[in-house]
Amino acid sequence: MNDTTPVLSIRGLTLALPEGADRDNAVEDVSYNVARGEIMCVVGESGSGKSMAANAVMGLLPKGVRPTAGEVIFNGQDLLTLDEKQHRQLRGLRIGMIFQEPMTALNPLMRVGAQIAEVFEAHGRYHARERQGRALALLEEVGIPQPERAIRAYPFQLSGGQRQRVMIAMALALEPELLIADEPTTALDVTTQAQILELIRNLQRRHGMAVMFITHDFGVVAEIATRVCVMRHGRIVELGTVGEVLDNPQHAYTRALLDAIPSNVVPQARDAERQAPLLEVKHLRKVFRSRGGLFKPAREVRALDDISFTLAPGETVGIVGESGSGKSTLGRCVVRLEHPDSGSILLSGTDYSSLKGNALRRERHRVQMIFQDPYASLNPRHRVGYAIAQGPMANGMPRAQAMRRAEELLELVGLGAVAVDRFPHEFSGGQRQRIGIARALALNPELIVADEAVSALDVSIQAQVLELLDELKHKLSLSLLFITHDLRVAAQICDTIIVMQQGRIVEQGTAPEVFLTPHEAYTRQLLDAIPGRAHEPAIA
Amino acid sequence: MLYARLIVMRLLKAVVVLFLIVILNFVLIQLAPGDPAAIMAGEAGATDEEFLRQLRERFGLDQPLYVQLWRYVSGIAMLDFGWSYRQGMPVLDLILARLPATLLLTGTAFVLSLALGILAGSMAAARVKKPSGSLIMALALIFYATPLFWVALMAVVLFSVYLDWLPAYGMYTVGAGHTGLALVLDIAKHLVLPATTLALFFMAIYTRMTRASMLEASQQDYVKTARAKGLAPRVIQRRHILRNALLPIITLAGLQAGQMVGGAILTETVFAWPGIGRLMFEALQQRDYNLLLGIFFFSAALVIVFNIITDLVYRLADPRIKGAS
Repeated sequence: MNDTTPVLSIRGLTLALPEGADRDNAVEDVSYNVARGEIMCVVGESGSGKSMAANAVMGLLPKGVRPTAGEVIFNGQDLLTLDEKQHRQLRGLRIGMIFQEPMTALNPLMRVGAQIAEVFEAHGRYHARERQGRALALLEEVGIPQPERAIRAYPFQLSGGQRQRVMIAMALALEPELLIADEPTTALDVTTQAQILELIRNLQRRHGMAVMFITHDFGVVAEIATRVCVMRHGRIVELGTVGEVLDNPQHAYTRALLDAIPSNVVPQARDAERQAPLLEVKHLRKVFRSRGGLFKPAREVRALDDISFTLAPGETVGIVGESGSGKSTLGRCVVRLEHPDSGSILLSGTDYSSLKGNALRRERHRVQMIFQDPYASLNPRHRVGYAIAQGPMANGMPRAQAMRRAEELLELVGLGAVAVDRFPHEFSGGQRQRIGIARALALNPELIVADEAVSALDVSIQAQVLELLDELKHKLSLSLLFITHDLRVAAQICDTIIVMQQGRIVEQGTAPEVFLTPHEAYTRQLLDAIPGRAHEPAIA
Repeated sequence: MLYARLIVMRLLKAVVVLFLIVILNFVLIQLAPGDPAAIMAGEAGATDEEFLRQLRERFGLDQPLYVQLWRYVSGIAMLDFGWSYRQGMPVLDLILARLPATLLLTGTAFVLSLALGILAGSMAAARVKKPSGSLIMALALIFYATPLFWVALMAVVLFSVYLDWLPAYGMYTVGAGHTGLALVLDIAKHLVLPATTLALFFMAIYTRMTRASMLEASQQDYVKTARAKGLAPRVIQRRHILRNALLPIITLAGLQAGQMVGGAILTETVFAWPGIGRLMFEALQQRDYNLLLGIFFFSAALVIVFNIITDLVYRLADPRIKGAS
């Protein structure tokens, strides 16, 4: 650790939100330092204002947000007093930044090499010819496979992890003293996340940078931080070294956040009664034919390759896998949104996958789905009550009765009957997911397929939604097919876990078996990649 | 290689589509009321049945429909578009004589509207919530909403009648006998009013669309990335925002380009521009069906050609679109 003069010193910073926002200040009286050679993690849930100070450092505050008090000292200079032109000269040169969404953070129409070369161009470094060579060296340093080809690639030809490496290469191009990383691994798979964290840690050591790392994930904090700053509602709740904060949290909020993390502790073996299976999936296959990219020649992708499993009434089966593992395709096949090439899906012994027309329409209510994105899966122009009542009405329930049912369901998921007349945008992410659950329940299903249903939510909200799902499952004797990329979440709620990779089932067993004594290398790799795993006992 | 294959495939499809269009046009024209032979006879002042029969026989109008269709289609395959009864000339000669004038007018209008529209749109996007930006949008809205012929007439009143800067009609000064550079200048002078009039409407559309599209693009994450690199605002505006914002413009430009043969009837009529539009109007009034069919064919062919060109340009502009479909 290296606690000499800080590279960045934020003192008493207050950023005012525009009139009419839900609170006066985005951040209030925030002070912390980031020193050379340390990684400062700023942790908080969405709306905590954790990214705001970073935006102020970069001079990239959203419109309407303005500093009203405090100073941001970077190498002896108050950044808040700089005009746009002076600030621009620091960006990219002395302060680098990487963002959350590698999919959208790169210009889709420009080659990767040109986008990296732009950093040199912006600060007048090197001749135009030389810049490509520099870009290539950077791509090598961040560990992109086949850098000579990657430099000529367009962003859409690279994977999420590769794009994030490109972002890092850009941020590091001019060897900045301070690197700001705003949720850089949130959108990535666990194994990719582990690699990117490793890369950031290595580069930080090699270049001796100060890093300000913004995240919502305490696992990531345990993995990478030297010091931690916990934020809530725009204020600092707790500030200290990683050991102090994780092992001996002083503030109730920090403890609550740590408790809300789906814990690594042995999942309890649950005794699902072994009855005739509700759902039987037999030898399911599905192939997608894709056009080629730069790194992938045109080929067939086996999304599902001979998938078989059963699900007993009242059981929760977790399908765990990284993106591209075929887990979502499996879920979509089960709810009949996608048609498998071969194989069958039996529901209580009858072949559900070959039903057509009216027969399908009659049976469809038995399997319902909860989607990942609570924002995108509700029609913004429909009132919530109508959104829920639509399903029953389509199945012949009179409107008045369907609306009464919607009220009951909203009551059941803890939103209250008054919610029927409101629009989706009036709700928070967690509340919208409750609406999604109510909608899935409206048709009295026997099986619910939840595709990444809690992935878009903050940990504390995530815990609440999982609790609700579990409670409803018992109250309404439902079965659950729970699709997730997060083994921790799966361990918390599932009886049986199925690990998928590239369309195949790699391992399946009870949750404790898979979690504690994984047989397959891939499962172990997934478990090891979970950030903060080494630290977990202390957290729990 | 990929493009060569793509073009060949698209051209083959185009031939099929064009063939279907020829048949459809032919059938539609047959459905139109009025017997060409009767009209011709009427204009010649003759009404007796024998003369009518001779006329029909001479032009093959007494044959069954499928024979007429076959003759027409096989003629087109040999680039023979038939004979204009009214003008006493081959249809192809008539069209080719008028085509350059129309293409000059519509082509100029196309380039003008595209260039000025994108320019005005990006200026408006960079001046959001400023008076100058609002002024651009107000003008665009006015041109968008005002009928073309009215703009044309007002332009004539202002620039020709009052100010006497520009000629009000025609393509060149009749009887002046200009040659060489003088002729070019003379035509350019005659071109200004009709081309501007024709350009205004699409220019307004491009302005509005470019602005909306740029404002949307400027919200994208890659723009924030570009700012984090320390790039200057005008570089970000041009390289990151405008380039991405132009994609929807390409689609629209393709649509406008497809109208280059048939889209200027009104303007050509108001400004007495000797182009296809007026030829079509006359042919319609005189029931000159062969000529009409010929113009329809050229118009359709141009739409198809510009569709292919639009697709190719789109592929060049957006690397994400690949493949030969």
